[in-house]
Order: sequence, then C-alpha cells, then structure tokens
Amino acid sequence: MNILVCISKTPDTTAKVAFKDKNTKFASEGVQWIINPYDEWYGLVRAIELKEKDPSIIIHLITVAGADADPIIRKALALGGDEAFRINVDSQDSYYVAAQVAAFAGQGRYDLLFTGRETIDYNGSSIGGMLAELLQLPYISLATQFELSGTIATVKREIEGGEETDQVSLPCVVSCQKGVAEQRIPNMKGIMGARTKPLKVLEAVAAESMTSIVSFELPPAKAGVKLVPADQPEELVRLLHEEAKLI
Amino acid sequence: MPVLIYIDHADGHIKKSSYELLSYGAGLAELLGTSAEGIILGTFPEDLSALGKYGVRKIHQVSQGHLNESDSQVLTQVLSEAVKQTGAQVMLFTNNITGKAIAPRLSARLKAGLVSGAVALPDISDGFVVRKNVFSGKAFANVKVQTEIKIISLNPNSFQPKEVGGTAEMVELFLSPVSSNLKIVSTEKASGEIPLSEAEIVVSGGRGLKGPENWGILLDLAKELGAATACSRPVADAHWRPHHEHVGQTGLAIAPNLYIAIGISGAIQHLAGVNRSKTIVVINKDPEAPFFKAADYGIVGDAFEVVPKITEAVKKLKSAH
Ligand SMILES: Cc1cc2nc3c(=O)[nH]c(=O)nc-3n(C[C@H](O)[C@H](O)[C@H](O)COP(=O)(O)OP(=O)(O)OC[C@H]3O[C@@H](n4cnc5c(N)ncnc54)[C@H](O)[C@@H]3O)c2cc1C
Repeated sequence: MNILVCISKTPDTTAKVAFKDKNTKFASEGVQWIINPYDEWYGLVRAIELKEKDPSIIIHLITVAGADADPIIRKALALGGDEAFRINVDSQDSYYVAAQVAAFAGQGRYDLLFTGRETIDYNGSSIGGMLAELLQLPYISLATQFELSGTIATVKREIEGGEETDQVSLPCVVSCQKGVAEQRIPNMKGIMGARTKPLKVLEAVAAESMTSIVSFELPPAKAGVKLVPADQPEELVRLLHEEAKLI
Repeated sequence: MPVLIYIDHADGHIKKSSYELLSYGAGLAELLGTSAEGIILGTFPEDLSALGKYGVRKIHQVSQGHLNESDSQVLTQVLSEAVKQTGAQVMLFTNNITGKAIAPRLSARLKAGLVSGAVALPDISDGFVVRKNVFSGKAFANVKVQTEIKIISLNPNSFQPKEVGGTAEMVELFLSPVSSNLKIVSTEKASGEIPLSEAEIVVSGGRGLKGPENWGILLDLAKELGAATACSRPVADAHWRPHHEHVGQTGLAIAPNLYIAIGISGAIQHLAGVNRSKTIVVINKDPEAPFFKAADYGIVGDAFEVVPKITEAVKKLKSAH
C-alpha cells in the first residue's frame, strides 16, 4: 500500500503577520517556518502509525514549494516517511498546487492521500477537495478518526453539531484534523535517519491558476478594553444589553 | 446568468448561515445586474417559497431523496450539472463543513476560481475581487477571481441577513442520479446543543476553571444566554470537555456576535480561532492576561465568584423584559 502525505510550509503560529511591497506580499523576514500543524500532527503521524502496524506500507511526502521548504521536509522525514518529493515552484493558488499534486500522484499510484484540513496561513481548506476531483476519487473532509481494514477505510468526520461515520474502499483523499492522531516529536534516530532519506526535486507541470491575491490588509485595531469592577457584574450585563445590544 | 445560492439543510432545518448567504447572494446579484436563485438538493418537509423574502425569486430543487445523505463526489456532480443548466455565473456556498467538502471539488470540476472564507461582497470596480480571512483571522486578503464562472464560500456570521419581502418560485431540476462508492454508515448528533459554528453567543472556558467538575458555572451562564459552549486546547486535550468544543488555530475558528472567555489566558493560537468575534468579553483573575488586549469588555476577578453573579444578573434582566 502506498500513502501520499501532502505537506505545506507555514509561518510559525506566533509569527508576526505583516506585509510589504505596498501590502502585496507577506513580510517573511525573520519568520520561523514550520510544517503546517494539520499536515504534521494529523496526516503525517496517522500515516506513520499505519506503517508501524503494517511495515509494507510506503509513505511518500510531497510539497509544492521552492528550495526554502527543504528544512521542513527534512523535519517531516525525521518524524517518518520513506521518501519526499518537492515540486520546485512557488505555489500560486490552491488549484495550481492541487493540479501539481494530482499530476504527480497520477491515476492509481497511491491508495491513500492525506492532506491537513487547511493551512494556517491562507486557510483555504481547498487542496484536498480539488485533488480528489482531479483524480476522481472520494473525498472525506475534516476527518477526526481514520481506521483501515484491508482496503476499506472507516472514517469519522466532523459534521455540524456531531460526527458522521463513512466507509469507503480505497483509493480516497482524506483531509485530517484533531483526533486523527496525536502530535509527536522527532527523536534523534529519526533526525539522523532523515539526512539520508531521498528528497527528489521535480519540475512543475503546466497548470493554470484561477485566482490571485491583489493585496493584504490588517484588521483595524481594537478600541481597547472597557473594564468593569469585579464586584459589579450586573454592570457588565447592562453594558452588553444597552451599549452592545447583544443580550 | 444568475447567482446560484446553495441552501444547506439537515434534519428538516435550513441552516441559519444559509439565510445570510441568501441575502449575500441577493446583494451580489444586484451588484451584477442579474437575478439571485437558490438551489436545494434532496427533499425537504416544507415549502420553501417563503425564502423569497431574502431577495431570491427562484429556488431550484433536485428532489432525489438520496441527496439528503450524499458525499461530496455525488453532490459535486449534481451541482455541476445545475450550474450548467441554470447558466449560473457565480455559485455561492457557506464556508462551513458542507461548503468545505463541496466548493473545492466543484471549483476543480468547473474550472471556476474559488475564494473560500469570504467576508464581504466582491468589489467589481476592477475585475472581481473578494475579501477573505487569512492567517487565521489575523489579516484579510483581497483575491481576484480570473475565471468566467466564480465560486465564493462565505464565512458564517459575516453578513447580516436582510428581509426584503416577496416569495420565490419553486422549480424542480431533473438531473440523472449519480452514485458513489462511499457509504455513510451513521451520523451522531449531540441533541439539544447549539452547534458552535452557528451560535451567536459562545461561552468558553480555559485551564483557569481548574477541572471538569467546575464547568457548572459556565454551563449555567450559557444556558441563561442561549449560548453554545467552547474551550481552549489544553482543556480539550485533558478531556475536560469534548474535542469538538476546542476553538483556536488548531481547533474550530468561530465568529459569534459575543464571545465570553472565562479563565483563558488569550494565547495567540487561541485568539486565532476567536478574533473574528464581534464582541469579546474576558473574565480572568490576572490583569496582565494577554486576552484583555483583544477584548471589548473585561472583568479582572475570580471566575468562581464573578460568573455566577453574571448569570444572576442575566436572569434578572430577562425577567424584567
Ligand atoms: C502550534 C500550536 C497550536 C495551538 N493551538 C491552540 C488552539 O487551537 N487553541 C487554544 O486554545 N490553544 C492552542 N495552543 C495552546 C496555546 O498556546 C495556549 O497554551 C492555550 O491556549 C492556553 O490555554 P488556557 O488559556 O486555557 O490556559 P492557560 O494559559 O493556563 O491560562 C489559564 C488562565 O486562567 C486564568 N485563571 C486562573 N484561575 C482563574 C480564576 N479562578 N478565575 C479567572 N481566571 C483564572 C489565568 O490567569 C490564566 O490567564 C496552541 C499552541 C501551539 C504551540
């Protein structure tokens, strides 16, 4: 069985969000890059867990990015996975990235394709669905649990106010979130081993992008907090009722 | 070339966010000089012509029972046919669980550019530019859609529904049924709870509440306010509260009208999931807690003393009205 795990590089969760070039580009100077948490903690770790149960499973990692993504790919390989592929091109929009991954994955090369539920920078939540459509595969979004028995996957996914259980025969695409696996920290053996694992760089295929970012904006600053004394909670309720008109 | 609006429903209820979307669609149609039309997949127990009051003149329905419980592959094929039959130039979804499952698939199928997580009507003065949330609510991006057909998924609670009156004509769309090899085995719903993503008021607790046995004061307040409940990540990790209540960068991102944070420090990753809330109230005993910087109202005090008093005051207010 072959599993493809999609990996994206995102700014660290505490990174300062600022823009440059007349607010057309993210100011990445001094920013720490991490593996998108949804890709790392859930998709990648679940794939590793499946391989621990069945060592014949092969895990490939893929990212669509320039060479500056190599450190985070090495980090992903330190957690697990057999081989990584980087499509050497800056991502343009979700569709462009999905088209690159779909061209790489081809028809029938992978039994299971994992993505994270979204990236924490562009919050698109789109790559998994687009990839599934391009490959004409079932897509289970926002998975919270993933079990495999032979070639049948049983997947729990979030629905409004609850959970749904789906059964699907492989191949399929799954976008992963909390619950699918528990976060891991790479150990020394993994880190050393990652150095010799293959990281292949491939050229991009021709694909269109359908959207482009014209500019960024920061939200207006908050006016500042209005503090209510702790012994007058009824004053808070009055403000919420009369001033904010919320209750 | 109408604007086509996806009406999301489950268990015989139209989702509240769909009313917002109908109004958004009506506003967009006006901007483009075209008509706004709804589309509903599957059967529904009531006549929906009254939804015309949000400004839609026509609602297409594909009354095939199996569509009430179908996966994204089937729904996408059906919607793709519907877009072709109606000649829609823009297709609208709510950026909720359903929208996240279908909109990207439809985008790839129709080669229609998608903006997910939109927060405002497009600016059509120079092309078609939609503002969306990025960096987990810390910024906005203005995204230009270059394709002929466009897809927008609107964040819940970012557009005020507006009733303009009128009724909609119901039209049956006849499409050939499609099948999939995904089977929905079961669905479980916490009954009687307000889904977090739809809630107008959310009361949320953090590690400051010390343990699951202390959640009563928070639940009482939530009940009095008709609010949904949420929690910080360590609270869900420690299994004090169910995982689906976890909000933040790695949990659910929400944008209620009112978010009340009790005993939550306001770490940047927590704020990322709640900073789009219209009004934020923070109750924390530490005056230096970072959450106060993101708050509109605050009380510096012990939650165990303050929260029951707030609940009492809400009760009093309600009985006075
Ligand atoms: C990559 C990454 C992703 C993350 N994602 C998320 C996420 O999605 N969501 C999330 O919430 N966190 C997330 N975190 C964790 C986050 O950094 C914080 O650790 C977490 O939000 C803290 O939770 P807390 O506020 O409940 O607890 P604490 O930080 O321990 O704060 C407890 C607060 O309660 C107050 N308090 C204590 N006693 C009382 C009392 N009696 N009355 C009133 N106040 C009291 C204290 O003053 C304190 O401010 C993430 C972290 C990382 C690194």
